[in-house]
Amino acid sequence: METLTPRDDRQVLEAVAWAAASERPLEVRAGASKLGLGRPVDGDHTLDVSGLNALGLYEPEELVVSAQPGIGLATLERELAAAGQMLAFEPPDLGPLYGGAPGGATLGGVIACNLSGPRRVKDGAARDHLLGIAAVSGRGEAFKSGGRVVKNVTGYDLSKLMAGSFGTLAVFTELTVRALPRPEDTATVAVSGLGDAEALAALAAVLATPYEVAGAAHLPAAVADRIAPAALAPAGLPVTLVRLEGFAPSVAYRAERLVALLAARPGGGTVVRLDAAASRVLWLAIRDVSPFALSPGGDVPAGPPVWKLSIAADRAAAAVARIAQAVPVEAIYDWGGALVWLRLGDGGALPAGVADDAGARMVRGALGGAGHATLVRASAMVRAAVPVFPVQPGPLADLTLRVKQNFDTRRILNPGRMYADA
Amino acid sequence: MKMPAPDQAVIARRREIVAALRRIVAADAVIDREDAMRVYEADGLTAYRQLPMIVVLPETTAEVAAVMRYCFDANVKVVARGAGTSLSGGALPLADGIVLGLARLNKILSVNYETRTATVQPGVTNLAVTQAVEHRGFYYAPDPSSQIACTIGGNIAENSGGVHCLKYGLTTNNVLGLEVVLITGEVVRLGGEMLEAEGYDLIGVLTGSEGLLGVVTEVTVRLLPKPEVARALLLGFPSSEQAGDCVAGVIGGGIIPAGMEMMDGPAIRAAEDFVHAGYPLDVEALLIVELDGPEAEVADLIARVEAIARHCGAVNVRASASDEERARFWAGRKAAFPAAGRLSPDYYVMDGTIPRKQLAHVLRRIAEMSETFGLRVANVFHAGDGNLHPLILYDANQPGELETAERFGAEILKLCVSVGGVLTGEHGVGVEKRDLMPVQYTEVDLDQQQRLKCAFDPHGLLNPGKMFPVLHRCAELGRMHVHGGQLPFPDLPRF
Repeated sequence: METLTPRDDRQVLEAVAWAAASERPLEVRAGASKLGLGRPVDGDHTLDVSGLNALGLYEPEELVVSAQPGIGLATLERELAAAGQMLAFEPPDLGPLYGGAPGGATLGGVIACNLSGPRRVKDGAARDHLLGIAAVSGRGEAFKSGGRVVKNVTGYDLSKLMAGSFGTLAVFTELTVRALPRPEDTATVAVSGLGDAEALAALAAVLATPYEVAGAAHLPAAVADRIAPAALAPAGLPVTLVRLEGFAPSVAYRAERLVALLAARPGGGTVVRLDAAASRVLWLAIRDVSPFALSPGGDVPAGPPVWKLSIAADRAAAAVARIAQAVPVEAIYDWGGALVWLRLGDGGALPAGVADDAGARMVRGALGGAGHATLVRASAMVRAAVPVFPVQPGPLADLTLRVKQNFDTRRILNPGRMYADA
Repeated sequence: MKMPAPDQAVIARRREIVAALRRIVAADAVIDREDAMRVYEADGLTAYRQLPMIVVLPETTAEVAAVMRYCFDANVKVVARGAGTSLSGGALPLADGIVLGLARLNKILSVNYETRTATVQPGVTNLAVTQAVEHRGFYYAPDPSSQIACTIGGNIAENSGGVHCLKYGLTTNNVLGLEVVLITGEVVRLGGEMLEAEGYDLIGVLTGSEGLLGVVTEVTVRLLPKPEVARALLLGFPSSEQAGDCVAGVIGGGIIPAGMEMMDGPAIRAAEDFVHAGYPLDVEALLIVELDGPEAEVADLIARVEAIARHCGAVNVRASASDEERARFWAGRKAAFPAAGRLSPDYYVMDGTIPRKQLAHVLRRIAEMSETFGLRVANVFHAGDGNLHPLILYDANQPGELETAERFGAEILKLCVSVGGVLTGEHGVGVEKRDLMPVQYTEVDLDQQQRLKCAFDPHGLLNPGKMFPVLHRCAELGRMHVHGGQLPFPDLPRF
């Protein structure tokens, strides 16, 4: 087991071509902040691209920036902030979820995992902001796709295929993403005391307004107690959050309208407006799933299992309620309920029938076709034994395998990271 | 334009194929009479025509699947077609293939206002989606100018844009779920009413795949709440440089308008002559900037953009005071293509995208080329996202003019690529830009695209002759060329 640390595109190409020729599987990593996301890779060698960490061409007036995959998100976001811009897909830093230090996430990593933050409801996912890539396929071929402009339908959008492919098809050597203006102001409107179903209905109502909601989350009491400021909700009460961003007078106007809308809904408690500074801290915690973070170096390396549900928002609360009948859970609802982070158990041992598969059968069974579930945190042993990603029906699984075989014929890039046979 | 040589063995089996298809779908859903097939012989790129072997009009996913399965087994090529409005020849038929028309799959299956999604069949028109939900204050954002006729299925195939992409994205950014029939007849469902699909982003590659990967039979799109207010500014400039500066100034000011369109002198005059939109005729560049959102915000932004425009030398500044006036501002832009049609017997629409800052340079070069080729050109331009639509005016009845127009068009697209842009922003590659693909991509780049094709359609039965100048055999592409098994780079740092 060796670690290859290429410094430039050519060395990435050489490393992958060598691995393909000699059939040595590579575990691909950049910041290594979320190695626990996905199945364990049976890698012969490690390909560490953190040395490819340069900022490329950044043209603020074109709303576009290129960078190498290993560039730290913090570094990149600092560069963009200096020009009054940001990555609008609000990439999370999931390192602490796995007991790591914050600040380890890279651009290549968040794109490879297609991770998007709370602003997803308004501005789209990571894949929507990726305009172009340069990469080396598992066959050891350097190629590019897309470009530096938003409107581009020249050929297949391979950039999107690579976003969210967890390094199983190609290794990025450069990424080009959109850079958008940072909002002048931000505020959060919060209502306390709503049950999960009522809260998601309130968020659906809010998202149906023309007020350009840039975050719609619900924190059940146990989670709210940990991260919501005391001013928002008395201890022991859930809190439902709506974020607004934009030009200051517009934020003020929309906040006023939403306060009125939420106050008029039955069943809700106090409606509070949170200022920009407090709002930023709170949404950062939601973005990074901080309530489920592990303390660094804790004695239970994997901690309690964490699931990520991607689900039709109007059926999320019922699905979580079904899961909660089988095992105590803590939930964080984001994207108006279309994204649910679920932590199973209350710290003690999981009940029999759930412990052996981190609740996989039970959780997936509870979704009833409304969505799908990814096991984002569990011990390596469990992740090797249990399907981490949703199990695909036959024809789709076959198609997935054919895509893998066409780009990574000898199965040397992160083999097994997504599926045992791909 | 060279299309792959038709397979005579398949054409010889035509009667047998017709009979087989009539056992799968209703007899009247298989069209084999030449006069009835005539309407399918071209799409919006009317310079190219080809009578299909047979036209099939299925009504259900199951019928589509059965037809595809049959074609797979019988080695028959399939060209899917929506409304046939493609401007790149994406639906140009094949002499040895069927046209699979999806117009009969035209139902809106469900609308969920809680998840703000609509699930529709591919033959539903783009505008019909908005019409079905606007009474509840929602709309479907992508708005190609053919939206009254073009279908959602076609929008998926072409990743269609429109004038509001700048703020709300293209089709690809507004699709959440697909049901797709593969060439084998297998049906796969991707995504749905949730925001994130699982597995590889196959929705992302199917959108814009021009009918070469599969046939979409169901689409779930994202609906947006209608903005409280939309207002438009009409800005006239003495030069396109100044208009370009204004575009840069707006974006640089942190403002993302809902739409930002530009027309040059010839386009302005043609449009004004046609629809009397009230455009100033003494300017060389016109910008339409639409701002939408809450009322207070729009008023504020109108003032900001006005200031930027005046600073950049605008000589004509008007803000719409009503929705009727806003519609009038747009009327000329939306009629720009037919307006150009009045200037000349024929016109050829180009569709490159360039970095915004290259605008003035590219327009200058196009003007020079117009002299060289001896053909007039009018330019309309989605200025906000750099998508240029030069309209080359020609007369197909003059020998050689079509060819000259095509050569001129190819030079414009090469220019777009050379300044850091791309061959096509929203119209697709089709047959039109197929042979220009190597201008933008290396052979290795194109090989990767074809590898995706091989994963979906290993026998190349779906829409062959489109998108790729040369379609390699999948077996040939799949071969690995291996050089040795030693670490070949002693200088590669390791630890």
